[in-house]
Amino acid sequence: MPDITQLTSNLSSNSSAISIINGRVIDPANQIDQQMDIHLYQGKIIALGNTPENFAAQQIIDASRQVVCPGLIDLRFRLRDRGYETKGSIASETRAAVAGGVTALCCPPDTDPIIDNAAMVKLIRLKSETEGVAKVYTLSALTQQLEGEKLSEMRKLKDAGCVGTTNALHPVKSTLVMRRALEYAASHDITVFIQAVDPWLSDGCAHEGAVSTRLGLAGIPVSAETIAISRDLQLIELTGAKAHFCQLSSAKAVQIIQQAQQDGLPVTADVTAHHLHLTDMDIGYFDSNCHVIPPLRTQRDQDALRQGLKSGIISNIVSDHQPHSSDAKLAPFAETKAGISAVETLLPLALKMIDIQGMNLSEVIERLTLQPARILNLAEGTLSIGADADICIFDPEAYWIVDREKLLSQGKNTPFHGWELKGKVTYTIKSGEVVFAIEKKL
Amino acid sequence: MIANNIQLDEQGRLKHFLSIEGFKRQHLVNILDAAEPFANVHEQAVKKVPLLRGKTIVNLFFEASTRTRTTFELAAKRLSADVLNININTSATSKGESLLDMLHNLEAMHCDMFIVRHNQSGAAHLIAQHVSPHISVINAGDGCHSHPTQAMLDMFTIRRHKKEFADLKVVIVGDILHSRVARSQIHALTTLGVSEVRVVGPKTLIPKQIESLGVHVFHDLQEALIGADVVIMLRLQKERMQGALLPSENEYYHLYGLTEQKLKLAKPDAIVMHPGPINRGVEIASSIADGPQSVILEQVTNGIAIRMAVMSQTLGRSHELPKSSRDNA
Repeated sequence: MPDITQLTSNLSSNSSAISIINGRVIDPANQIDQQMDIHLYQGKIIALGNTPENFAAQQIIDASRQVVCPGLIDLRFRLRDRGYETKGSIASETRAAVAGGVTALCCPPDTDPIIDNAAMVKLIRLKSETEGVAKVYTLSALTQQLEGEKLSEMRKLKDAGCVGTTNALHPVKSTLVMRRALEYAASHDITVFIQAVDPWLSDGCAHEGAVSTRLGLAGIPVSAETIAISRDLQLIELTGAKAHFCQLSSAKAVQIIQQAQQDGLPVTADVTAHHLHLTDMDIGYFDSNCHVIPPLRTQRDQDALRQGLKSGIISNIVSDHQPHSSDAKLAPFAETKAGISAVETLLPLALKMIDIQGMNLSEVIERLTLQPARILNLAEGTLSIGADADICIFDPEAYWIVDREKLLSQGKNTPFHGWELKGKVTYTIKSGEVVFAIEKKL
Repeated sequence: MIANNIQLDEQGRLKHFLSIEGFKRQHLVNILDAAEPFANVHEQAVKKVPLLRGKTIVNLFFEASTRTRTTFELAAKRLSADVLNININTSATSKGESLLDMLHNLEAMHCDMFIVRHNQSGAAHLIAQHVSPHISVINAGDGCHSHPTQAMLDMFTIRRHKKEFADLKVVIVGDILHSRVARSQIHALTTLGVSEVRVVGPKTLIPKQIESLGVHVFHDLQEALIGADVVIMLRLQKERMQGALLPSENEYYHLYGLTEQKLKLAKPDAIVMHPGPINRGVEIASSIADGPQSVILEQVTNGIAIRMAVMSQTLGRSHELPKSSRDNA
């Protein structure tokens, strides 16, 4: 694809020499947390601290009283493109991403058509480079058509650019197929992303407990998650595959993952920002914006997820961005589509962990940048010299009120409408190019 | 947690009737009191009262029902309202038109009240949140969530036989998991101060953490019946034999069916209730259903009075309301 290469080089040559001055630079990979300047040239970070000789900045960004950190990397992000463009497009959703400080995102294969062939990988990359403003990575389908029967050509898909493989929200029912898929992935050093759901116990729409009982909603018990995790951990031990468990929802799941890590299994896990801040009680009287999969669980579960994030059992935070059209949420609760338009609240919700869980700023940033980069095996998520100039600048003290109508995402489905959050992105730079800048108020 | 009750207007008067949850004791007592005079309307030569003359009430049933729809219709007609019945078979509805689109079409016809039955929990709340402000919504059953008028007619029936709620032991038997009636009854009974509510069934039919609603769980019917004042039997849907919830009707009747022998464990003056329709020989013996302790047909009659009370309280807000409701809301 020579056209893509050319396009990429055009972008780089267009991006100017930028100096970001007076900011508090936080780069967990290099244990940096201090006020310094940072200089970008031709899409790369070329210097930290003093301005290099002969460097003439074409743009100077004054980041006084602001944090300068690596661009966020979001491991679960539905672009809705291809196949569901009424909900979102690469153009709209990557713009929402950079408004949230996200410079790289990872798209699951449940597009339409499904990402189980190299042509789809190339199509999404081409569209992202022409229409998008953030880096878009793709995960390949673990099985053909996500049907859980035949293996996808996951090696060919890896060579085409996929950074991992997953069956997304479709559990692989057959233990045998799952075993083979893990074995095959392990042979080619491909990380398997697992959304652990027991297919037989997951026919509900809310956590099975007091709230689902009160509202008469079909419940999904914690065991729907723990049975699936336990099965797959046994298979991971058997096959030696590297796996990442997606969006844990229960205290029990955190405990099982912790045990597996202590036993030396190559497993990591993530959590969504909304599971850190909402519980099943927030459903209130059928608020469909709180309809998510896996379901919001109890206070106890939320506490365990927060602790697991702090202790490192859970390595990173995802948005699990899922924009929907308004119709998708205007139905009786169980008939609404699950998911939240989440990327634009990811950073401030993650930052709340500083006050709630006693994490420091650097720890929170690490879980949004360096950790997800490691899971994808990418040399990103840092401000090292020579790295891609993917940078998020935010005001850690700015308060703002979430207004769903002002979200850049096509999806206005957020349960955080009206919440006052602290921490606002002011600039986002991708490969040395300013892709988002907040409008300055006079 | 639950900020404002959309069932009440700014003055604390009844606007919608969606679920028992959210109401205080006095609200429920007001409805029961308001139903008392209507309970005798049928004995009069002219059964109609002109309270809702000129109002249009739409029975919007997305799920089959004979009795509930009929009693709502009768209640509306006895209040002199105009009634429109719309039965929508949800499975047959073309997927193109959403619930809310249909609703807005009906609104355009200038109706005053929707009486809604739907197979999904939360449907009535959804509709109430989205209708124009002048329209009232009454929930005639939503999924497994709520059936508040059924619970109120049951409370009315209990009060006619038992006077004081506080001293009662009430037993609810059967498929609690799928029962919107049971959920509403539990809220109503606990709100009215009943001292002990027991739910009985196998674990497959008892929802998790039902104790959080203030009830005691039993798996043995005979144990639960001891000293009961009121025994409420729930209908068992035949499809519960699928999905491994129950082994057979036969075993269910053996364990949870109400027989004369088991009923002897309850107080001698215990009453037996059932929201209907009855499966004779599945959840209740015919001799009990038709026997002296049964108040099942009274429940049906009282259903009309309660629905008249709820309709006139919601639609007749601008004028008469029992004084006590304003003082104690």
